[in-house]
Amino acid sequence: MARMKSRKSMNTGSTNGVESVQVEGLSQSKIIRTKFFRHRVAVTALVILIFVILLSFTSSGIHLGTDTNPIHIQGWWPLYITDIDPDGALASICNGGISGCPTMDLLPSFIDGSPMQLGAHPIGSDDIGVDWWALVTRGAEQSLTVMVIVGVLGITIGTTIGAVAGFFGGIVDAVLMRLTDIFLVTPTLILGAIIGQKFGNLGVVPLAVMLGFFAWMGLARFVRTEFLTLREREFVDAARVAGSSNRRIIFKHILPNAIGIIIVSGTLLLSGAILIETALSFLGFGVKAPDVSLGLLISQNQASFLVAPWLFWWPGAFIIVIALCINFIGDGLRDAFDPRQLRTIPKVKKSGRARKSLV
Amino acid sequence: MSTTPVVKISNYNVDFWVDGAWYPAVIDMNFQIEPGKTLAIVGESGSGKSSSAMGLMGLLAPNARTSGRVEVKGVDMLSASKQKVQSFRGKEVAYIFQEPMTALNPVYTIGFQIIETLRLHLSLSPKAAKIRAIELLAMVGIPNPDVSIDKYPHQLSGGQKQRAMIAVALACDPALLIADEPTTALDVTVQAEILDLMRDLRHKLNSAILLITHDMGVVADMADDILVMKDGLTVEYDTADNIFNRPKHPYTQELLAAVPKLGSVPMRKLSVPAKTEPVLSLKDVVVEYPKRGRIPAFVAADQITFDIFPGEILGLVGESGSGKTTVGRAAIGLIPVKSGSISVVGKEIGNAKGKDLNSIRRHTGIVFQDPASSLNPRLPIGESIGEPIFLAGIAKGDELNVMVEELLDKVELPRSYRNRYPHELSGGQRQRVGIARALALNPDILIADEPTSALDVSIQARFLDLLQDLQGKLNFACLFISHDIAVVEILSHRIAVMQHGKLVEIGPRDQILNNPTQLYTKNLLAAVPVPNPAEQKKRREARAKLLAAAGK
Repeated sequence: MARMKSRKSMNTGSTNGVESVQVEGLSQSKIIRTKFFRHRVAVTALVILIFVILLSFTSSGIHLGTDTNPIHIQGWWPLYITDIDPDGALASICNGGISGCPTMDLLPSFIDGSPMQLGAHPIGSDDIGVDWWALVTRGAEQSLTVMVIVGVLGITIGTTIGAVAGFFGGIVDAVLMRLTDIFLVTPTLILGAIIGQKFGNLGVVPLAVMLGFFAWMGLARFVRTEFLTLREREFVDAARVAGSSNRRIIFKHILPNAIGIIIVSGTLLLSGAILIETALSFLGFGVKAPDVSLGLLISQNQASFLVAPWLFWWPGAFIIVIALCINFIGDGLRDAFDPRQLRTIPKVKKSGRARKSLV
Repeated sequence: MSTTPVVKISNYNVDFWVDGAWYPAVIDMNFQIEPGKTLAIVGESGSGKSSSAMGLMGLLAPNARTSGRVEVKGVDMLSASKQKVQSFRGKEVAYIFQEPMTALNPVYTIGFQIIETLRLHLSLSPKAAKIRAIELLAMVGIPNPDVSIDKYPHQLSGGQKQRAMIAVALACDPALLIADEPTTALDVTVQAEILDLMRDLRHKLNSAILLITHDMGVVADMADDILVMKDGLTVEYDTADNIFNRPKHPYTQELLAAVPKLGSVPMRKLSVPAKTEPVLSLKDVVVEYPKRGRIPAFVAADQITFDIFPGEILGLVGESGSGKTTVGRAAIGLIPVKSGSISVVGKEIGNAKGKDLNSIRRHTGIVFQDPASSLNPRLPIGESIGEPIFLAGIAKGDELNVMVEELLDKVELPRSYRNRYPHELSGGQRQRVGIARALALNPDILIADEPTSALDVSIQARFLDLLQDLQGKLNFACLFISHDIAVVEILSHRIAVMQHGKLVEIGPRDQILNNPTQLYTKNLLAAVPVPNPAEQKKRREARAKLLAAAGK
């Protein structure tokens, strides 16, 4: 016993000696923020996403309001989706007679014989002569709006309902889960069609809000299950003894532990939002012509992939970039919340040293 | 009796590939076991004792590599073909797992699981296998074996489950029985029964037993030879008599010194002169878990009455399911009481709600059983410790920082640990964090719910030292809940014994330990194994007499 005591005091003495300097206490949110901003891929994705958002919103401008009472602020790109230029489309012909080819030429004249230029329609135009960049940026604007609104609503409602149901259990759980069931069995597509018919002329926002109200059920189920197991853990009791209110326990203690599942189903929910908006638009209930969305552009131009690939590539590229960015940001957030991430790297060296010292 | 060893291990190494480096788990191990003998591998968690046994069965994770020779009945298990090793598994080498609750498959009857092993290795008809299974169940002492054979694991008690596990292991008369912490998950009285059974079977079947445990009392009870491990290295390998009475290596001496021994510690003095006003007072407390569906209501604590006075430590002992944790949780208002009253510093906490409850709780602190579960894995420990202070509105910002640092100093943890997450700390360090949090508000009463049961002996010893130091300095009263009577003996001034939700006996420490009046207390005390082979033998015989006298 005496031996052990002396070892103990020696141990703590040495560690205290090295580290008794005041260490700044970091809160959970501070650590998460630093960890997220150290995650290079996630930060790059965030920068790219912000760039895409700015690009699409500034180039097509803001266009809101009803047909009779429109609000239009033109962006920096001179053409809008309502500006039709059939002569310009016919002027640029390629692929054996397809009109509306991209006028952009990035190769200098000594290579291909024609001078470097952007032209009137750098990435082409559609068959009636609407500028393709105007259509794609306007489409991205619409799709991003849908995604943000559906994402915020779906994740907030789903997390809250799932958390409350899982945490309180009993009658609260039963009522909330039956409510979830009712929402689950309501066919979103038909409901979207009705709402699209009624408020279609108000633009994409009411549609997105409606979709958001019908997108949270899966997430709520996942979060509830996670909460059911987490609330039995002793740290919840410990928090309660420390004097935490139910709200604090739910949001400060349990929610960060359930963040993985929220991010995974949240990113799925966002990509699902683009798809369902496309489906509705395709049926003629969502975004109505002449307005566009990315999904609509792609589904309308699937057939022209071989002859006029630019009609397919550009909206496709926007969707891929947006979806990838969201996934990478989600990964970064999950890693930032997960205490086991990022600190594993130095352990490799340590274990190597441990082996050397042992053998 | 033949003297050719059943197992012979030489120059045995196990390494694990972790994050791009080989990490050694077992280094240069040598031992052998003769039939009918027991070798105990002793060591703290992480010392490689389970890895060495798993390697014998070829059950290591795919990131492991092994070298050396492991001969079982003359066959080298490391170079033998997969089929050969598999035919040995279950037949020649059988394994008893630590947790019978998880090692038995819950969707099959125990009979099915025994018959499965039998028919895999021996060509038996289903009928013959069933008859053999019933024999086995009778041999391990399960009541009504012909009925019990169709029972599912959840229908058996913890001890019966472990007996069923042993029956599965013994199904093919194995030459070597590996028991990995076979009694760690069991109560002392059940542990004593299982150890009796294993000793009995060893003589009957003449198998070799490899016992892996951290409990020196169990080792003293069972082992012929002992191998002490530390960090993968064999520290000492000798007969049980030599290890216990003449340990050579300092680590072995340290390990033995760290084991709490019943009846070896004088009672600690009360640090505060006795006062008449109790800090925690329970009167006729009944806690009931309400009926859920078809499961009837369950009375977990029945008519519990006791007081704890300032500066006093009351040890609460009992077996699992006796309701001791329930009492501890009710005492800080985590579980509502059905009737009776619980008061903390004179204020009723039993059915207090909201703000009242929180203001009473500021006088209390609790250390939970499992530090891995009671600390929020996503919260840096500094925040966990500071939370009670922050929520009580005592301090925030820089002031809170300073208080957290003082608390870390108190429990002898480096200040820089405050930004670490719980998983970056060892078990003992985590439990220190648990204490720091419990002491954050300078409580009048600390409730410690089995705080050492997840810790190794040497860490437990340090933890108990720390708790005694702190109690001496801060003079809080403490309700110390434990199933380990030797630990309770070190700390407490008075001891209360619980069984089936009722308070069996309560009194001053020495009276309970030396002159218990209740039979249950006597049984409980007799079942505690002592880390000394000769003494343990005497105790075992005394216990047999006691049980015989009770007509059990």
